[in-house]
Amino acid sequence: MKLLKCPINGTRPLSEFIFGGEWRDMPNPDTSSDLEWASYVHYRDNAPGIKKEWWYHSPSGTWFIAERNTLTDEVLATYLYSNPPATNVKEQSA
Amino acid sequence: MAYQLLKYALGGEYKEPRFFRDCQTPKKSYDAVIIGGGGHGLAAAYYLAKDHGITNVAVLEKGYIGGGNTGRNTTIVRSNYLTPDGVNFYDASVKLFEGLSTELDINLFYSNRGHFTLAHSESAMRTMRWRAEVNKHVGVKSRVVGTDEIAKACPQMDLSCSGKSPIQGALYHEPGSIARHDAVAWGYARGADSMGVEIFQNTEVQGIDIKDGQVQGVHTSRGYIVTGKVLSAVAGFTPRICKMVDLKTPIVIHPLQACVSEPMKPWLDTILVSGSLHVYVSQSSRGELVMGSSLDPYEFHSTRSTFDFVEGLTSHIVDMFPFLSNVKIVRQWAGMADITPDFAPIMGMTPIKGFYLDAGWGTWGFKATPISGKTMAHTLANDKAHDLIHSFRLSRFEEYELTGEKGAASVGH
Repeated sequence: MKLLKCPINGTRPLSEFIFGGEWRDMPNPDTSSDLEWASYVHYRDNAPGIKKEWWYHSPSGTWFIAERNTLTDEVLATYLYSNPPATNVKEQSA
Repeated sequence: MAYQLLKYALGGEYKEPRFFRDCQTPKKSYDAVIIGGGGHGLAAAYYLAKDHGITNVAVLEKGYIGGGNTGRNTTIVRSNYLTPDGVNFYDASVKLFEGLSTELDINLFYSNRGHFTLAHSESAMRTMRWRAEVNKHVGVKSRVVGTDEIAKACPQMDLSCSGKSPIQGALYHEPGSIARHDAVAWGYARGADSMGVEIFQNTEVQGIDIKDGQVQGVHTSRGYIVTGKVLSAVAGFTPRICKMVDLKTPIVIHPLQACVSEPMKPWLDTILVSGSLHVYVSQSSRGELVMGSSLDPYEFHSTRSTFDFVEGLTSHIVDMFPFLSNVKIVRQWAGMADITPDFAPIMGMTPIKGFYLDAGWGTWGFKATPISGKTMAHTLANDKAHDLIHSFRLSRFEEYELTGEKGAASVGH
């Protein structure tokens, strides 16, 4: 069974988690043009590599960030959005 | 018989001809280069030559032809979609499929089975009625049927699904069929090759040159090729090719898994789909049950298989058919599905002149093979999108004109 580490609840089975898509910088909706907003909503690179992603731990209602290699499925780090790691991420067991 | 076989083996000259030439060295330039030797790319090459007389074409395939999603799907052909644009498009494909064995002179084992989309709830029945009305409106044979008709067509099924989610009715789609998917790729390859198209296997595209917003050529593992027109028909590899031309799309890659059971005597005539149970199943001409489920739940660029998938799928299959509990699964595999937010493909022109996309085929690509080839060939030849694919253009996303195909594209969405 594949496991993922929730920053609050520790290592849990993957079936407890929901994938929330790639994390991206949101433009200011009040000042961005329609095209900029459409690009933010729809367009992405999505080639394989190490991505910052939103994940959700469903039983506890915790949203958090995972840094994951989408080619190998290795998770490099998980942390709360409000508490990003200060230094470069090191490989965690996942 | 044994003597004949021995004589044939020792004869040295094997009469069975190759399906297409074994091309090794590309020419310096082509009128068009097609990336991806799956059904879609080969069909586009075939129709470019046949309908438009453009034969100076190279098809570049990283592996072997038909080894990607063309050989990994569950071979279902249908047109019972939800939007008129979708229904018209897939109906044109079904019609091409029906005459394709003759046209390509290869037996596709195209087998018209009838297709039941089972509804286990009142809201699912509402969607079936909606789809049936849209289908009838554009002349496609689909209708809502009750449990009596389902029981008659498939008496082996437990209509209560082990008491967990009783079936209330279904959308019955008479043209629903299955076909031998590899043969579709081989047939199109042979047809295209015989008209002069060159097919290069084991040939990887490493880069695409662009100058002033216009495609100039393609860097490959067999050298540089000059061309003004490139068609990308690479399904799960689309984001990697798009990155070479710095084009962003809404496509996200999810693995889609499938499996087959051991062969049995024929007993399942129809194709059965259940959106609620996340199951589709049909029996192939070899007697195996071909079974698929919904997408893996997160982005992943790999064709690995999981035990979770077989465990989940088979528990639902046994709910529908309790007598299958002792039947063995003999193979499982995965393909990389290129999913779009509105469950419709992305086809046609792009902001880069000479770069054409045939992508976003997610879980619905095999059935569209002939019509996507035909419409993309038209688009390349005329440098203008074919009318049938206008609503599938890439720019629909920034124009906020998404299609509404979510309810009918697959299961589990």
